[in-house]
Order: sequence, then C-alpha cells, then structure tokens
Amino acid sequence: MSSILNSYFVKTHRLEISITIIAIVLFLIYFFGATHVFTRFPIYRAFMQSMPFFGIIAISATFVVTLGEIDLSFPSIVGITSLTFGMLLTSTDGNFFISFALATALGMFAGLINGLLVTKIGIPSIVATIGTLFFWRGLVNVISQGSGIAIVDEADGTWHHMIFVDKLFNLIPAQFIWFVVLTGLMQWVYRYHKFGNHIHFVGDNKASAQMMGIDVDRVKIIAFVQLGFFSALAGIFTMYEMLYFWPTQGSGLMLTTLAAVFVGGTSVFGGKGTVYGTFIGVLIIGSLESGIVALGLSGFYVQFINGLMITIAVTIYALIQKRKN
Amino acid sequence: MSEQLLKLENIYKDFGNVKVLKDINITINKGEVVALIGDNGAGKSTLIKVITGVHRPNSGRIFFKENEVQIKSVSQSRKMGIEAVYQERALCDQQELYRNIFAGREITNSFGFLKIREQRKEAERILRDYIGFTSKAITVDSQVMGLSGGEKQGVAFGRSLYFNSDLIVLDEPTMGLSIQETEKVLNFVKGLKNENKSAIFIDHNIIHVYGAADRFIILDRGEVVGEFLKDQISREELVQKMIQLHESGKIKVDI
Repeated sequence: MSSILNSYFVKTHRLEISITIIAIVLFLIYFFGATHVFTRFPIYRAFMQSMPFFGIIAISATFVVTLGEIDLSFPSIVGITSLTFGMLLTSTDGNFFISFALATALGMFAGLINGLLVTKIGIPSIVATIGTLFFWRGLVNVISQGSGIAIVDEADGTWHHMIFVDKLFNLIPAQFIWFVVLTGLMQWVYRYHKFGNHIHFVGDNKASAQMMGIDVDRVKIIAFVQLGFFSALAGIFTMYEMLYFWPTQGSGLMLTTLAAVFVGGTSVFGGKGTVYGTFIGVLIIGSLESGIVALGLSGFYVQFINGLMITIAVTIYALIQKRKN
Repeated sequence: MSEQLLKLENIYKDFGNVKVLKDINITINKGEVVALIGDNGAGKSTLIKVITGVHRPNSGRIFFKENEVQIKSVSQSRKMGIEAVYQERALCDQQELYRNIFAGREITNSFGFLKIREQRKEAERILRDYIGFTSKAITVDSQVMGLSGGEKQGVAFGRSLYFNSDLIVLDEPTMGLSIQETEKVLNFVKGLKNENKSAIFIDHNIIHVYGAADRFIILDRGEVVGEFLKDQISREELVQKMIQLHESGKIKVDI
C-alpha cells in the first residue's frame, strides 16, 4: 500500500486524485441517499444538459487563474456576445456564420480589452474586470432596453441548432460532448503546448519567466482573449438550448464557474493547476443543487452544502501544498 | 589585441527621471572574463539587462561580432549567442526541471506542441554531462523547489552551456552559496576561457571576482569610473580603490 502511495504517478497527481475521490464520495452519497433518482437516466441527462454552459467557461478560466490572475467580467461578456448573436441571427434571417463569427470576435475583443488593461495599463485584474463586468452588462441593458430576443424562428430545427444542442442517440446532449472534447483539447494545450507551458511559468514567477525569454504580456493577453472567446461560445450554447436571449443572461455564472475552478484544485496563487480537476469541479458544483434536493433536503441547504464543499476542497489542497513545502 | 565580441558605445538608460546609465563605453573580447563591480545602485544590473535584452537603452549603439545590433528581447539576444545566468532567480519553483531548462525556447513540433520526450532526454543529458548530478533524488521531473542553491545554480549553468553561447552573463553567481559551491562556480567561469567563450559577471565579493576575472570595470552611479586589467592591479589595491570610491565618491586612476 505504501508503495502505491509513494509511486511517481500518485506524487505528481495528488490534486487530481483528491478531487476524483471527493467527486466519487459525493456521487455515492447521491446514489445511496436518493437511489430512486440516481438509478434512472433523466437526472444525468439534466446534468449533461446544464453543466456545459458554465463548464466551458470554467475550463477556459483555469488558464487565467493559473496565471495568478482573475476575470470577473465573463458573465457580462456572455451577456453582450449573446445579445450580439441574437440580434445578428434575427436580422440576417438566420445566417449562422456571420452571427457566430461576429459574436465570438466581440468576445475576443472584450478579452483583449481586459488583457490590455491588466498588462499595458497595469490595473490588477480583479479591479480591471470589475470595471468591464459593469461596462458590458450596462451596454447590454442600454442596447436591449431590457427586452429579450427570441431566436425560435431562425434557429429551431436548423443544422446549427442540431450541432450545438441536439441529443445524440436521443440520449446524450450535444453540448456535453462538445464540453468533453473541449476539456480534452484544453488539457492537452495546458500541459503540452508551448502556450500552456508559458502560462505555468508566468503564473509561477513573472520576473523569472521574463528573464527566460517568455513574453509575459503577450501570454496574459492571449489568456484573457481565449476566455472572451469561450464566454461567447458558452453564451451561444445557452441560446440554442433556450432559443431565447434575455438581458440578464450569464449573470448567474460567476460564482459557480470560479468555484468549479477552485474546487478543481487550481491554485489562486498561480503556477499550478489542472484542467481535468476543473472538469471534475464542474461535475461537483453542477450536481449539488439537484443532488441535494433529490436527497430530500430542502432547497435552503443548497448554498450551505455548496459552501461546505468548497471549503473542504480548498482546505485539502492547502494542506497538500503545505506538506510539500 | 584579441578579437572583439561585444562593444557598447555611449549607452544611456533612464527610468523616468532616474538616469541609471550615463554614457557607458565598454568592450568585451573573445575568451575574456570581465567583472563589473560597484556599489548597489551603480547600474550593474541594468547594464547587463541591456545586454541581455530585458531593457532597451534610450540611446547608444551596440556591436556584437563587429555588426551593429538592436537587442530587442531576451530571445533575440539568446539567438545571437548571449546567455544570461540569473542564478536561481531565473528558475520557476513549481515547474519541473526539464521544463525550466527549455522555458522560452521549447522543443516543439510545427503546431507548437512540446516534444516532451526529447526535452526530457536532453535535460537528462544536461544534468549528467554538464552539471554532474548523480543524486537519485533529483530527476528531470523534480520540481525546482526541492533543489539547494548550488543545485539551482548548476541547472542555470548547465542550461547556458548546452545552448552553446558565445557570451555568458552571470548576475551575482555566488550569492547565497556555500564555500564549496562557490568554488565550483568559479571553476566553471575559469573553464569558459578554455573554450574561447567570454563572460561578464557581477559580484559583490571582490575576492571572488579577483580570482576569476581578467579585467575589472568599476561602475559608480551609472558611469564607468575605472577599468583595470588583472596584471595592472593587485587584489589589495582593488579593494583599496573600492573603499576610496565608497568614501569619497571619486576614484583616482593613476595608470
């Protein structure tokens, strides 16, 4: 037993293993506590349907958090890009390519602004993105004048609608497949691409990274830009599912998304993290509400247990880190 | 006279109102070890950061291998053949050793994905051949965090040797090291000369500098105030000069 515990894999994957165990324990509790619900498929389909909307952003945000930065503006980037997508789709009579290209381009532009404020102007990211959080949401309100946009006529039943949110074999929501594929891709980039490597070095020690020839500002800007892109993408997924844009779209995503990243084991100090962990974090955070209700507890317990989970997880990581030093 | 490798002409550098470098003119020859000495704030670090591309000078010209160059970035100075060893400060603690060795110039395929196996293999070679790590506790997958000061320094040196540069810039290479480790570092610097490589190094400890360097350049408040070849000055005289500079703010150059 002790040889397994000290093996190379275990030593280098403590975070991933801890988070996996936490998730397994949680799902066992669901399973035995609410057997009638968790032995049937619909609950899992509901999870697969709803988790990708914040999961995609959480995966992408893992890069920014690994830099030792934070982005609080993504809920509003979701808002402004969804509004753009809805307006374009309705005004072009359902031209997917134009709507998709311009909405994601706007997302990247919003990310670029965040990146420039942080690197070139030197505003701490937590402050800069509070500013852009209000700014983009404000713009949504001004443009939409508080009303929503239905895209039923332009989107329902189209090929693009099917690609985004159709059910594979009438069972598995397409957005979940996209989410899993993106997670795999992003994990690969995170660990094995030059960009992911640079993210780790910049987050670990900015000055050292610079001396080693890494363009620190460029790495940070690209990180914010890709988060802008994936925020737009998540917004578009949500719109295809709901076939509707509403002016507060995205604003409930902030805490669940960041909680998934932190529960997943990515360090807020930067330099260390895991995309896989974030994925599991999404499964945990995204299942809590339904899980708790299915267990027979009232909805009032949701926040309480959410808080408990986050606190337990980050405590375990802090202890692992402490032991290492 | 031996061949010139690096020449700086009339280099000025300001940080806002602070004039850090004022009209610097220095030359480094091939196969020569030059020590930059001076008090804190003399501009030593800024000067080597100009050479390694971290900072850009406000004015002045730089020649490398007799061609005028503009050193715009660290990666550019590395490509030219200038390698900086910033001691442990240029390693990232939580990342693996092999990733540290190749940070900023990763071995990748054309899509930018890392060739992990190749990097690990080369890192292993560096550890064994250039640094002489034999300890089983340290592997290419170790985090830098667990290494001693001397081991970190060894990694930084191994890295500079591996990339086969012409000019190696050493920033306080003996700071925080044990006596034994210091000895290793100084031997390394002396060994560079045999390969006709040049080095510039900064050190507070004149005793270290004296043993390893061929020439001394004394900086004070951003200006070159003295330059001596080793055979022109004894260790005691050099120490005297530094004390004199410290006390009077001036230096007598009576050569």
